[in-house]
Amino acid sequence: MFEIEGRENLWKFFIGMFPPELSWNFLSLLFRPFLETIQISMMGTLIAVGIGFPFGLLGTRTFMVGGVLNEADVKGSPSRFALRWSGYFMARGVLSLFRSIPEFVWAFMFVRAVGLGPFPGVLAIGVAYGGMLGKVYSEIFEGVNYRPLEALQSTGANKMQVFFYGWLPQVLPNFVSYTLYRWECAVRASAILGLVGAGGLGQQIEISMRMFNFHEVLTLLIILFLMVAAVDYISAKVRAIL
Amino acid sequence: MAQYHLENITKIFARRQVAVKGLDLKVQKGERVALIGPSGAGKTTLFRMLNCTLRPTSGRLWIDGEEVVNLHGKKLREVRRRIGTIYQQHNLVPRLKVIHNVLSGQLGRWSTMRSLISLVRPTNTDLAMKALSLVGIGDKIFSRTDELSGGQQQRVAIARVLVQNPEVILADEPVSSVDPSLASSIVSLLIEISQNTHKTLLMNLHSVDLALAYFPRVIGIRKGVPLFDLPPDKISDHLLEDLYAGHLSPNQQEKFAEEESGNLVYQ
Repeated sequence: MFEIEGRENLWKFFIGMFPPELSWNFLSLLFRPFLETIQISMMGTLIAVGIGFPFGLLGTRTFMVGGVLNEADVKGSPSRFALRWSGYFMARGVLSLFRSIPEFVWAFMFVRAVGLGPFPGVLAIGVAYGGMLGKVYSEIFEGVNYRPLEALQSTGANKMQVFFYGWLPQVLPNFVSYTLYRWECAVRASAILGLVGAGGLGQQIEISMRMFNFHEVLTLLIILFLMVAAVDYISAKVRAIL
Repeated sequence: MAQYHLENITKIFARRQVAVKGLDLKVQKGERVALIGPSGAGKTTLFRMLNCTLRPTSGRLWIDGEEVVNLHGKKLREVRRRIGTIYQQHNLVPRLKVIHNVLSGQLGRWSTMRSLISLVRPTNTDLAMKALSLVGIGDKIFSRTDELSGGQQQRVAIARVLVQNPEVILADEPVSSVDPSLASSIVSLLIEISQNTHKTLLMNLHSVDLALAYFPRVIGIRKGVPLFDLPPDKISDHLLEDLYAGHLSPNQQEKFAEEESGNLVYQ
């Protein structure tokens, strides 16, 4: 596994990356893909929340069918029972499907469908991360303290009112922090997605790699690292406010 | 017409644990009734059926002449709106401001949209302020609820019921997580509210003394069935001994209470 030749090559590769390429010529070239990566990750995450939130809620058993919040409403009413369960399974199924296919494969398919560029990247992140967010949202939703929710419901509140007054306030910090973490992942993913032609810094990494220009690759990796660190910083700030 | 009419009400939980067994009960409008009995006797489960949270396994339940066991959706919410509940652990939303917890008593009357708007900018501050002043903590209206003491939180819960303005108040052990010196003041506050606004009041109490001192009708419940249903002066020490005699050891009691209060039922 660790033959001398392999070790030497590894060493050469690492050494070959230094120093990072910092010429203005190259850096000015990165401005557009840099912005594009931010845009792809933000739009993608936004779409992911748009998918994950409603489906995650429908995929929350204690919201739809089970437990004390549904007992009086669902028991003894076969039509409600069937409707709620089918909504639940539909949401669960959609979320499983979306996240079982990796974002890389989604990007590949979307590139085929809508052509090269950032748009397929946005769609790929939106769909794949929507599946992941939805699953984790539903788990966050199920982990709340149900006593306040029971009290809200007993005042005659409907499910959505119970959700906004009791459910969401309880989970908000977790909800936001996990969403921001997914945004961080999306920034990273945009590097991979670029390799299949879905825009962003990744496309530039691919080009520099092909040209064996490892100085440039190092620069790109450093930029990626700084972006992830920045997102991490923002998310810490937001959590502190909540 | 009776406020509550229960006929042969039984509640069996998923683990075949019988919480309430063949209970018959009639409560007239405006009546004040205390329920006492050992932990795990089924009092909390009974209350959760009385406020239409749990559905009886069998039996019939009329509220104000309307049979409620098979109500769903909007009609069910309409019945719930007319019943206000105060819980042992306040059951407030800790991260919300006091005002939102108090105004959540209005949810049964508000549209979803209106309640969302109020969450951003409280629409009915006067109403909340009036209720909070009545329970003596008007100055806490914009505090975060989890910053309040246990006794203050219980007062917020009472203010929520005042805003809800129901026909019936169910108070499930309202003072057992409150400082003992505050207990009688909270009980008498609830009595006063029910008297002034002609509401029916049902209260579960751990403290026999409070029940006997404040309520004209006391029901003793044991193992899911009523043992007696009498005015306080007819309740002898002998009856009370029977009610609490030979009940579970403290350890088992705790376990029972936990199961009864429904941690298991939620999931």
